[in-house]
Amino acid sequence: MSTRFDARRILRAIAAPVLAVVVAVVVTSLILAAANDPVGQVWSVILSPPKPRVVAAIINAATVYYLSAVAVAIGFKMNLFNIGVDGQYRIAAFFAALVAGQGWLPGPLNVLLGLAVAVLTGGIWAAVAGILKVWRGVSEVISTIMLNAIATFLVALLLRKAALEPGGSNIVQTKPIPESSRVPGFPLIPGSSREIYGLVILAILVGIAYWFVLNKTRFGFDLRATGASETAAVASGVNVGRMVAVSMIISGGVAGLVGMPLLFGQDYSYGSTFQPGLGFAGIAIALLGRNHPVGIAFAALLWSFLDQQSNALQIQAGVSDKLVLVIQGVIVLSVVIAYEIVRRANVRLEQRRVAARLAAEAGTPLQGARA
Amino acid sequence: MRHATQVAAIVAAAALGLAACGSSDTPSSGGTADGTQPAAAGDKPLMVGMAYDVGGRGDQSFNDAAAKGLDKAKAELGVKGQDAAATNGEPESAREERLQQLIDAGYDNIVAVGFAYAPAVKKVAAAEKDVKFALVDSTDAQGPNIENITFAENEGSFLVGAAAALKTKTNHIGFIGGVETPLIKKFEVGYIAGAKKVDPDLKIDVKYLTQPPDFSGFSSVDKGKAAAEGMYQQGADIVYHAAGGSGGGVFQAAKAAGKWAIGVDSDQALTADAAVRDVILTSMIKRVDIGVFDFISSVKDGTFTPGEKVFDLKAGGVDFSTTGGHVDDIKGKLDDFKQQIISGEIKVPSA
Repeated sequence: MSTRFDARRILRAIAAPVLAVVVAVVVTSLILAAANDPVGQVWSVILSPPKPRVVAAIINAATVYYLSAVAVAIGFKMNLFNIGVDGQYRIAAFFAALVAGQGWLPGPLNVLLGLAVAVLTGGIWAAVAGILKVWRGVSEVISTIMLNAIATFLVALLLRKAALEPGGSNIVQTKPIPESSRVPGFPLIPGSSREIYGLVILAILVGIAYWFVLNKTRFGFDLRATGASETAAVASGVNVGRMVAVSMIISGGVAGLVGMPLLFGQDYSYGSTFQPGLGFAGIAIALLGRNHPVGIAFAALLWSFLDQQSNALQIQAGVSDKLVLVIQGVIVLSVVIAYEIVRRANVRLEQRRVAARLAAEAGTPLQGARA
Repeated sequence: MRHATQVAAIVAAAALGLAACGSSDTPSSGGTADGTQPAAAGDKPLMVGMAYDVGGRGDQSFNDAAAKGLDKAKAELGVKGQDAAATNGEPESAREERLQQLIDAGYDNIVAVGFAYAPAVKKVAAAEKDVKFALVDSTDAQGPNIENITFAENEGSFLVGAAAALKTKTNHIGFIGGVETPLIKKFEVGYIAGAKKVDPDLKIDVKYLTQPPDFSGFSSVDKGKAAAEGMYQQGADIVYHAAGGSGGGVFQAAKAAGKWAIGVDSDQALTADAAVRDVILTSMIKRVDIGVFDFISSVKDGTFTPGEKVFDLKAGGVDFSTTGGHVDDIKGKLDDFKQQIISGEIKVPSA
């Protein structure tokens, strides 16, 4: 019985994303056909096996997406919608770059200091939204959106004050991190000179910690309980206000880590070309991965795979790079719809099973009593 | 949980939708079948790969100006070209990958349009020594196979600033920059200097659409429109934009308010949507096309030289446009300023 139940659960978990991807493929094909673009060629380009150096780029981009999506997922589990990951990671990356750039501590210690500054900054920035929600009942959706805008302008202002501005250059950036504190990459992909970010390990650790805290600790149980039913959680003695503030801060702390693989493994400073928009991608990826630590990993890989194929689409298939945005958007919408369809189908199946059992019990009361 | 997920889905989809909409007002022909241009008969054609900034071909502004240079080279020099455009929020590796894929596809002369490509060009050019690169708007990447194409945007902006000051009836004009970078500051500084030269008491509103690292200010028609509407309501009657694709929104706002706008990079009275062309007083033309064509022809005849090449007013790299005849009455005065800048009598600040 229990193995059958597990099989059904796995099937249910896989059915929705697969359905979503199939719907996305069909919808995108229809759009392509309507626009008179070469449908077959587009899919053959997208599905062609990526070159080793592209594989490395996909894994690197997915590493960053993964951290962002986990930050969002922590909020989701609590029924909190942290749209502010975008602002949190940018302000955290800025301060981490600023502090690590000074090179106060030698080598790896400086990296740890940078990570600590990032977690702290992200946490504090998110705490503003958490505290506003607990004390004043301000929706975190509104406050985090506002905080994103404030973060943008604050960083722009501080960057102008703190930045090196070499004459005639268009790139404004903080002081580069000293060579000794740069995290070397792993040459994991044979045939590619591009290395995997050393901080991919950080993403894996965050994923494991996320799974452990959520499923194996009292805190994780309280968090899931509050997310599932606030009234039930209150009744069983959970301090909901405290849970909201703490989970918002943790979500922000993880958001602070989002920019770290980029900072210590690629850019070595925070500046005008630091990658924007990671927080919003994280929302979509958390949805796609159903807030599950492994699901999110697959979703992040799919997302960055599609990102990387946009160049090939333009150069080899001659279609607009915007097509990838369309595919990603359609996938997110299909995912939500597919989950709802699968959920309803499950409810209906469950009801039918229960009804059948009840009917059987009503017919033969003795058997029912034994069951 | 389910409720939050649904809200999240809607917002996520909306965010993605907006990202796509940001540039959907422009015909997104970024990379249609341009690569199939028949080569000049005989020897193998020169292969040129164009890596555009956010907005791509069809932004009616900066990228289109670069595209014009390629199109001219296709027609006159028989080169084979291929387009590829950046998307907003892409990782650094995507820019490198774009250059690399163009090279892999056989395009061994690369034009990187926009300073955001500097780190990518630096990296790829070091590894691909046989490929020649032109980097527009930046000197941040240099090497024996890199030409840096730069422009004196402050000088051109000075002239349209003077034009605005001569034409304003409310003594109040505006400037909208796409993203607050040192490069776009150069437009603002020149514009203000030109306007103040004519009328030191002029009121000038300045607004930037986004702050780095958010570069969507170059491709958000909605943001350009909202900012320009605000300025016109405050009493400005001429607004100059240096905001790439967002400029389309500035023109829409000018049309709705019955006021003037000044275009940038291309002669926008010729390239903007037909419905809004009549509100474009003049355009600060940045001849990216000349820079691009110059690079391609130098490779073609073997005179390629690495390093910075400045296209200023004297070299014809920047200018003001007269399409529509709206500045015919003040053209004499503007030409005087132009001569004074070329002769060095007027020194236009750049920062």
